Amino acid sequence: MDTRKLNSLTLQFVPYSDISSLNSIERIKKLLKVVLDNKIVLMQGRLKAEEESRLIEDTMALIGSVKGFRGIELAVLSPKESGSVVGNFKRGLARMLVGENDSITIIGPASVVREMRRDPNKIQLLLKDKSRRR
Amino acid sequence: MVIKILKNFFSRIFAGMFKGRSNLVIGFYGPPNGGKTTLANKMCTDFTGQELGAVSKIPHETREVQFAEEVKFNHKGKNMVFKLVDTPGIATRIDYEDFMRHGLREKEAKKRAKEATKGVIESIKWLDDVNAVVVVLDATQNPYNQVNVTIIGNLVARKLPVIIAANKIDLKNANIKKIEAAFPEYEVVGISAKFGKNIEEFYESLYNLAKK
Repeated sequence: MDTRKLNSLTLQFVPYSDISSLNSIERIKKLLKVVLDNKIVLMQGRLKAEEESRLIEDTMALIGSVKGFRGIELAVLSPKESGSVVGNFKRGLARMLVGENDSITIIGPASVVREMRRDPNKIQLLLKDKSRRR
Repeated sequence: MVIKILKNFFSRIFAGMFKGRSNLVIGFYGPPNGGKTTLANKMCTDFTGQELGAVSKIPHETREVQFAEEVKFNHKGKNMVFKLVDTPGIATRIDYEDFMRHGLREKEAKKRAKEATKGVIESIKWLDDVNAVVVVLDATQNPYNQVNVTIIGNLVARKLPVIIAANKIDLKNANIKKIEAAFPEYEVVGISAKFGKNIEEFYESLYNLAKK
């Protein structure tokens, strides 16, 4: 994964419809394939908790086996839970019907993204100096 | 004969003191350098007289899961037996060059990175074997880190009781309120594992958590 020649940054959008029919292993494989291409994934929706931990496990396994790969930076932005019972019920119902696609997941290769700073309302991507990208 | 009777008598008394949920497995989870081992060491020193593992300023000092079996917790007359599981810090990236910036040589840094990746996988696997979890966060760092969210999300999915230890409150820029705001559903206890600050309150909360 040589990024020394990288002079642009690609954000690849992955709509929820592209991953909704995939099983967990296929989803993670698809996302990591994009990241290994030195692209930043912008995914509609979010992974399940167990899929997120599986993503971390698979990432760790790849660090040892793919030359130059140092891991990922990951961030998820979700709408705030409503304070009202009715609001939360509506959101829960919508999630049941169409999946959890009201969130945004960003996954970037650690060789390109130095840090993702997240607070409740924004995600800031700090990129590595081009000269230090591998 | 008298010695044997006395020995049995004391062992029965002792067993009675720690009866109830025996060997409850408490996992210490969190990102690297949050102070998991420092807190585990504090508990082990307080209840067994021995430390559990080495600590360091270089991230990923703990690269293998460490255990303390049969930790006889005794706090203000409240007794319980724990198995403490100190896990390697969970991270999404491990770069050997980061270790070199801490003064390690390349060979040593690469070895550490390799071990650290295995440690992360081992930590995640251990989630299946713990009964309750102490998430140890560095109170000086931004709590909205996705690793924290992922760890806590996994604990919720497994229906594990959780307490958050906001560590390093002895440092000026520690901000417990930010951690409380990030994870409002959980009890957050501010501590300094290094100096034992507020550790009594933490033990009280841990006991209540273990009773759940």
